[in-house]
Amino acid sequence: MSTAKKDSYTAKLRTKSIIIFIVCVLLTLICLVPIYILIINATRSHVDIIGSVSFIPGDQLVRNVKELMTNSLYKFDALVGFKNSAIIAIGATVLSIFFSCLTAYGLVVYDFKLRGAAFTFILAVMMVPMQVTSVGFLQFMIKLGLNDSFIPLIVPAIQAPAIVFFIRQYLKSSFPLDIVEAARIDGCGEFRTFLTIAIPMMKPAIAVQSIFAFVQNWNNFYMPSMILTSRKFNQLTMPMMISALKSNDKIADYGVIYAGIALSILPVIVIYLVLSRFIIEGVALGGVKE
Amino acid sequence: MASAAQRNIRSISYAKYGYIFILPFFLVYFFFQLWPLINTFILSFYGNGAKADDFVGLDNFNALLFGDGMGRTGKAIHETFVQTLINTLIVWIGNFVPQILISLLLAAWFTDAKLKIRGKGFFKVVMYMPNIITAASVAALYLSLFAESKYGPINHMLLDWGVIKEPIQFVTGVAQSRGMIMFIQCWMWFGNTMIMLMSGIMGLNPSLFEAANIDGASSGQIFRKITLPLLRPILIYTMVTSMIGGLQMFDIPYLYIKGTQRNQFTKTVAVFIYEHFREKMPKPNYGFSAAASVVLFIITIILGSICMAYNRDEDEARKKKERKAMKKKLKEQAKNNLGGIGI
Repeated sequence: MSTAKKDSYTAKLRTKSIIIFIVCVLLTLICLVPIYILIINATRSHVDIIGSVSFIPGDQLVRNVKELMTNSLYKFDALVGFKNSAIIAIGATVLSIFFSCLTAYGLVVYDFKLRGAAFTFILAVMMVPMQVTSVGFLQFMIKLGLNDSFIPLIVPAIQAPAIVFFIRQYLKSSFPLDIVEAARIDGCGEFRTFLTIAIPMMKPAIAVQSIFAFVQNWNNFYMPSMILTSRKFNQLTMPMMISALKSNDKIADYGVIYAGIALSILPVIVIYLVLSRFIIEGVALGGVKE
Repeated sequence: MASAAQRNIRSISYAKYGYIFILPFFLVYFFFQLWPLINTFILSFYGNGAKADDFVGLDNFNALLFGDGMGRTGKAIHETFVQTLINTLIVWIGNFVPQILISLLLAAWFTDAKLKIRGKGFFKVVMYMPNIITAASVAALYLSLFAESKYGPINHMLLDWGVIKEPIQFVTGVAQSRGMIMFIQCWMWFGNTMIMLMSGIMGLNPSLFEAANIDGASSGQIFRKITLPLLRPILIYTMVTSMIGGLQMFDIPYLYIKGTQRNQFTKTVAVFIYEHFREKMPKPNYGFSAAASVVLFIITIILGSICMAYNRDEDEARKKKERKAMKKKLKEQAKNNLGGIGI
């Protein structure tokens, strides 16, 4: 290749890289600007927000949050919302991770007649949309008197086909079955083998899946607003509080609304920024999609 | 070496643990998922509101799909249901097409070894971020930013710049509200799709790309002739999951409304179902929403299996061909070896 030709080739690549870089920056701006404006507006007063759009933070954050938390007009209590969302999200995450590990381990380690059928079943039900079962689910729960309770929001997490599938793939690729054999020879019981040997070895998969399960349950709006039929204030989750705040006609203070929304997404963004590396790896590995 | 008999004994003695380990999953599944699913089917044959205990046969389906029976209510329900189906389809297509195009382009760029893009890791982190934020908050955020009065930040800005004279009806206008929901869905999901496609592209055999590069293929040629055909299974998987997700689209269309007044042109099937069994709460319309759920379920199964069959068929066909060729070859070999005596 002559030098001139080579130069034009690298120059072409460089211009292409620059164009791509600009496109990426634009997309980044589209992703970030709404969130940035949200946070900025949470620190500004109502009059300022109405007056103009600004990218410089104001000094009203404390007042907005105080107003939001103390004025009973807003029917908003971040602490109650955080508490309820945390109870549901942590409970559901712990259950779904533990039982998914158990199921996946059973499917990989033991050879039994229905193993293939069970796995096929799990694959098939991964595709059933939530909405399809929800009518029957709610009617059933009301019959059992379990509406207005966190049980239907936490216990069903025991069955999480997508997580079982992911952990099974992980076990298949990186769990040596000889270890189970060795543990047996040493006189270790099956459940103890699972708890003390297999679970520590599944840590990477567990970490990724816990993050997803937690975020998904934290963000869940559909299930809680369906099951918590009476909308008791001390039972509201964070997304429900936001939707109530938003549809409240009496609110005329934008600063307070922005502060509320900012409070609701802050924990998720913090978790994300701390764990972004794992999260992106996790998406690449399993493709968790609602 | 263990004899066959010994091996049998071993597998029998441990098989029971397999069942014990997977038992909790299936118990909970049957109780909290399978029975509710069956229950939905049963409820779809029963009445609505105060008459929830009456068996009505196929009346609900008749009303929903054809507007037959039930007089005016049936007609109204039919119209709303068809409208929600159309809305769902429009909003899904409008968000999926740009989403897959942007994601594919970005995935191809980010995995191209020739290009050196600065800050690739940063871009990935930022582009995935909208996906992780609570959908309810996203709806509230956009609702505040795109508020319809002239004091809504976006309208305010456009008015100030003189781009528009009247504030745009971002929330109640037909095209505007649909466009906004498409944009929000796309905004939330393109990062996720991009990362999935990237992992798909990186899983392809790198020697193919090297060979193409050595042969002097351009990036465009490589993308069209190598990446896209090989990526097809993953693209189809993405499409199926996105479609099922699209049919369930709820949070954004449900919350992106003005106050409590529902926008008829952004109402999706999921919102329709929810409205009938949840918002009419003391006397819910279980029948209508259950019937709509059954219709949704059937649509999902049909669409899913079309995609899957379309994907699998060619693979299977190719394998069959290969197997046939293999057999033929073996036969010929055997013929040659044994001097014409077939086995």
